[in-house]
Amino acid sequence: MGMKRARVFLGIVALAGLLLGGCGEKKEGTESAESGAKQALSGKIVVDGSSTVLPISEAMGEEFQNQHPEVTVAVGKSGTGGGFKKFANGEIDITGASRPIREDEDAACKQNGIEYIEIPIAYDALAVVVNPKNTWCDSLTVSELKKIWAPEARGKITNWSQVRPGFPNKPLQLFGAGTDSGTFDYFTAAIVGEEKASRPDYTASEDDNILVQGVASNEGALGYFGVAYYVENKDRLKAVAIDDENPNNGDGAFLPTEENVLNGTYQPLSRPLFLYVNVKALERPEVRAFVLFCIEKAPQLVREVGYIPLPDKVYQLARERVEKRITGSAFGAHGSQVGVRLEDLYKIEEQGAHGTQERK
Amino acid sequence: MSHFTEAGLARWHAREHRREAIFQVVGALVVFTAMLMLAVLLTKILLDGFARLGWDFFAQSSSRFADRAGVKVALVGSFYLMILTALIAVPIGVGAAIYLEEFAKRNWWTRLIEINITNLAGVPSIIYGLLGLQVFVRTLSMDRSLIAGACTLALLILPVIITAAREGLRTVPNSLRYGSLALGATQWQTVRYTVLPVAMPSILTGVILALSRAIGETAPLLVIGAYVYLTRLPEGLTSPFTTLPVQIYDWISRPQAAFHENAAAGIIVLLALLLTLNAAAIYLRNRYQKRLAI
Repeated sequence: MGMKRARVFLGIVALAGLLLGGCGEKKEGTESAESGAKQALSGKIVVDGSSTVLPISEAMGEEFQNQHPEVTVAVGKSGTGGGFKKFANGEIDITGASRPIREDEDAACKQNGIEYIEIPIAYDALAVVVNPKNTWCDSLTVSELKKIWAPEARGKITNWSQVRPGFPNKPLQLFGAGTDSGTFDYFTAAIVGEEKASRPDYTASEDDNILVQGVASNEGALGYFGVAYYVENKDRLKAVAIDDENPNNGDGAFLPTEENVLNGTYQPLSRPLFLYVNVKALERPEVRAFVLFCIEKAPQLVREVGYIPLPDKVYQLARERVEKRITGSAFGAHGSQVGVRLEDLYKIEEQGAHGTQERK
Repeated sequence: MSHFTEAGLARWHAREHRREAIFQVVGALVVFTAMLMLAVLLTKILLDGFARLGWDFFAQSSSRFADRAGVKVALVGSFYLMILTALIAVPIGVGAAIYLEEFAKRNWWTRLIEINITNLAGVPSIIYGLLGLQVFVRTLSMDRSLIAGACTLALLILPVIITAAREGLRTVPNSLRYGSLALGATQWQTVRYTVLPVAMPSILTGVILALSRAIGETAPLLVIGAYVYLTRLPEGLTSPFTTLPVQIYDWISRPQAAFHENAAAGIIVLLALLLTLNAAAIYLRNRYQKRLAI
């Protein structure tokens, strides 16, 4: 009896050993292949960061692995902030972000001697949505949104009639992004004027489907999240047009359509999404190839996963940043900035003496 | 008291019977509600996910296209992780239980350890994730690997295994120990040949239930860095990994309804896995119990 049990145990150990074995041999192969850039690429590329950017990294990884079957692309989902923490620790090669890097995150990178290249990869729009039964609210101005979402509104702005004269006496129920997400950072910066400044008394969730559910089942609901979640739930939600009260960005209110994002009228809730690449990792041929692949394939793949491609000019500038190893953030590591056109931002940098180099 | 008279006694009986009847109805209602909720959940999951279940679903891994995505890497990851976790946690856990029950003197020191083990069983799993991230992933530089995940999960289920194993050892009658010792066996021989075999069924049950807890965990694995997009099977202890619950968690948060169907199908697979484990626990317990009865 005892012998039998011991044999079963040994069997399990042996099985596990077999299953997990063979790691040593493969590893060696990887290292030797890395030395020759002309040979077939291999190795492991670790990507992490924003859950908004995840579908893009995933699509890139999938297509890249199809072309280079020896390369492993692994993508994690730690959120924009969590991704930057791991990035600054040197734990990952690339991190996705739904807002530009912040000063404290940039400082953490510097402290650990990590240099990065910032690559804008797509546009996303944040949609402000209400319940389809809401007949009164088709558009909102930024100042009305600010009145609703500012920290001072806590416990005070609780009824639609307080938002605009003429709106009915209906309770206002708010749904928004969880405080750890880049979406929260960007929305607060764009609407309230300060990153992370928001009233706390709303239903917050990192899972946008919960927010969709909340808005879809409450008549007085108002919520915000990435436009992809609105597009997939058009029958249950109604998008609100946004007026930034700045005639330079088009007069009146605009809906979150691709056209409005690209022509700059859906402001201030159009936001760029980024990949940040560790410069040291970029020396590895597979990472370099992957980054260039991302920039090259972005126009097609970004659209496939529900985002809006950037103008070609921006991708071209991004490629130059990679080739010339221009490090630092074009946003000066100040976090979310609103209403900037990427073409202008990256162009200025190209003409000037590489604006962000001074930060070194 | 009135029920000392005959009529009083009858009234008392009647009242107690009424109470019993009421309790039965309430009890049945509670069970019914719980079962109904479970049934609704299961039906919803089965309806949503059943169509996605097919060979493809098991042969494909992560993809941006919902219909090309499957659970292969996640399922294999869960499987490896469970074996590794068991290999780490079971010897340590059962060993600790044997030491505490059979060898250690009962003093304030062992009582302190006992209290701490009981408390550890109640610590939220994400705390273990944070611990694992700092200790295994960073300090011991295991990276975001299978072995780091297994170590973290092993820590998580250790208190459960220790507690279950100790309960099992306690059910062994002392007369068996005395008998063995009286025949001249050493304490080790007593434990090895008398106590452990008798306690085995309940220890195994505890171990398997602890492992089924580990296999359903998401939070600590996300913290230590399980990946959500991975198409390569683990090749060794240091390989990156993903697991079924992590994959389900990712699919469920996607905007597209097709991914939600994948999540439902993934949940069915996970449920089947858990049921298999629990069935194994019951089978093993019965087998050992039968052997002992002979």
